[in-house]
Amino acid sequence: MIINSKNMTHRMLNEKIRSGVRNGDRKIILKNINGQRYIASGLKSEVNIKINGTAGNDLGSFMSGPKITVYGNAQDCIANTMNAGKIVIHGSVGDVLGYGMRGGKVFVRDDAGYRVGIHMKSYKEMIPIIVIGGSVGDFFAEYMAGGIIILLGLDDTKEIVGDFIGTGMHGGTVYIRGNINKNRLGREVDSVEFDDNDKKIVNEYLTEFCRDFNLNQKNLVNQKFTKFKALNSRPYGTIYAY
Amino acid sequence: MGCSIAGIIDESGKRFSGEEIIRSIKKMFLRANGLGGGFAGYGIYPENKDDFCFHVIYNSEKVKEDTENFLRHDFNILKSEPIPTRSIEEIINRPLLWRYFLKVKQEVRKRFYEMTEEDIVMRSVMKINDASAGAFIISSGKNMGIFKGVGYASDIGRFFRLEEYSGYCWIAHDRFPTNTPGWWGGAHPFGLLNFSLVHNGEISSYGINKRYLEEFGYKLTLRTDSEAILYLFDLLLRKHNLPINIVHKILCPPLWSEIEKMTQKEQDLYRTLRIVYSNALINGPSAIIVSDGKIMFGFSDRIKLRPLVAARKGTKFYLASEECAIQEVCSISSGIHFPKAGEPAIGYLNNK
Repeated sequence: MIINSKNMTHRMLNEKIRSGVRNGDRKIILKNINGQRYIASGLKSEVNIKINGTAGNDLGSFMSGPKITVYGNAQDCIANTMNAGKIVIHGSVGDVLGYGMRGGKVFVRDDAGYRVGIHMKSYKEMIPIIVIGGSVGDFFAEYMAGGIIILLGLDDTKEIVGDFIGTGMHGGTVYIRGNINKNRLGREVDSVEFDDNDKKIVNEYLTEFCRDFNLNQKNLVNQKFTKFKALNSRPYGTIYAY
Repeated sequence: MGCSIAGIIDESGKRFSGEEIIRSIKKMFLRANGLGGGFAGYGIYPENKDDFCFHVIYNSEKVKEDTENFLRHDFNILKSEPIPTRSIEEIINRPLLWRYFLKVKQEVRKRFYEMTEEDIVMRSVMKINDASAGAFIISSGKNMGIFKGVGYASDIGRFFRLEEYSGYCWIAHDRFPTNTPGWWGGAHPFGLLNFSLVHNGEISSYGINKRYLEEFGYKLTLRTDSEAILYLFDLLLRKHNLPINIVHKILCPPLWSEIEKMTQKEQDLYRTLRIVYSNALINGPSAIIVSDGKIMFGFSDRIKLRPLVAARKGTKFYLASEECAIQEVCSISSGIHFPKAGEPAIGYLNNK
């Protein structure tokens, strides 16, 4: 199904998408998207959605299952509390990517803004994954509680990451390509040894990332990554009264 | 995430219809709730470009008469007319909306020889707005004007027939008031002399900023935090005559942890600014666009708690809370700029 989304409100658009899904459509193409919010929000389906244009805030929030590809940028709060599925963005995203994300994958070809992966969490087999090809702003992995974020910084002319990495972090794993100066780290996080198992994890997602964006993985295979973990699983445990 | 802001400047000075900024701000209507919207346009009154133009909202005919009598003390009123509007059902409870083109009287300039014309205008604006009489001067610059009220910005734009004006710089705001009332004077932009300002956010430093500004004769009467930021720009840029990049570093200084990483010379500068102008620091989530007709200056707070994106195409420079508002009026396939926290994004008028 092809939907021309020009001048459509997010409500009209989501009604069309949902009725398509109800009628058994497994491939939906959205043309002329410009800023419509909540696309595929809360949608439970294996549907494949292709978006042409600038996807609005809260793309894929609360969704379980859809595979979304964006040809363009996406705005703020993408994959907010997302459950399962995958979002692939051929462009950059705004701030607060993957807020409270609980499962599924988000791949961003270019840059992401501030507070990537804020309060991401995981439980048993539900492990959310974010991979970013470009750079990110401050408060990367802020209050992160679970899941995996891989930051590639493929554009060497840009600074790969901002300040206050992992502030308030108490779970999950962050991999950043290259070396990171300690004064960029938040108080609750430190680098730990990058072992063979980490290499396996990073390579697995790199393969998928390179396939999705048609990139040559050879240039990335033997790159150095630094792994970051939280120092404490309950950094603020002592400030709560019982 | 409430409120939206947008701005467009044609750096070559070429004027364009207000219809464009209406379309841009309308794209982000979900960020507003209909309790305030407004626009500032520059270059819109070329026939009277050397006269001060006051846009005034009045609660009654009586207060209009009193205010005009007061204005006649200091000014020659060259033109007095209602601001043209169109009747649309979305805009209700309209106050009287009037505009004046004025010149400061020669004898008043002589009497207040220690003051500039701008100081005299500011004195009158503050007196009228502070009189609690039901008259508010919402803009007072030259060759510019502010159009605002209670409603969605796109409806306010239609109400004021902005498509009939053309200007080289427009800024806009669509409001979602959270902790101050939604009323005609409290809509954005805020204006004083040539300055206009729109703000998404709230400033927790309002109390200290207000007391500081009052020492310099500013009266904060519009029941909102955002007007404080406007007066800080007027104070630092016009009265203290500081360059814009220093003003920005006073309002939005580097964090102490960043200063510690700087060279000694930079540390000295930023420590001095933070100490001398500590009362002018604005704290709290903010994205701001300010203009004086020569530049259009946008920035977010230091930890990026409000969004702001920028783009440039041809001679035009765009700012907005969301990328879609820029794409709506100017399709850009690549080159959308995401300014860092606190980093200014600036468009300059080149021909002046």
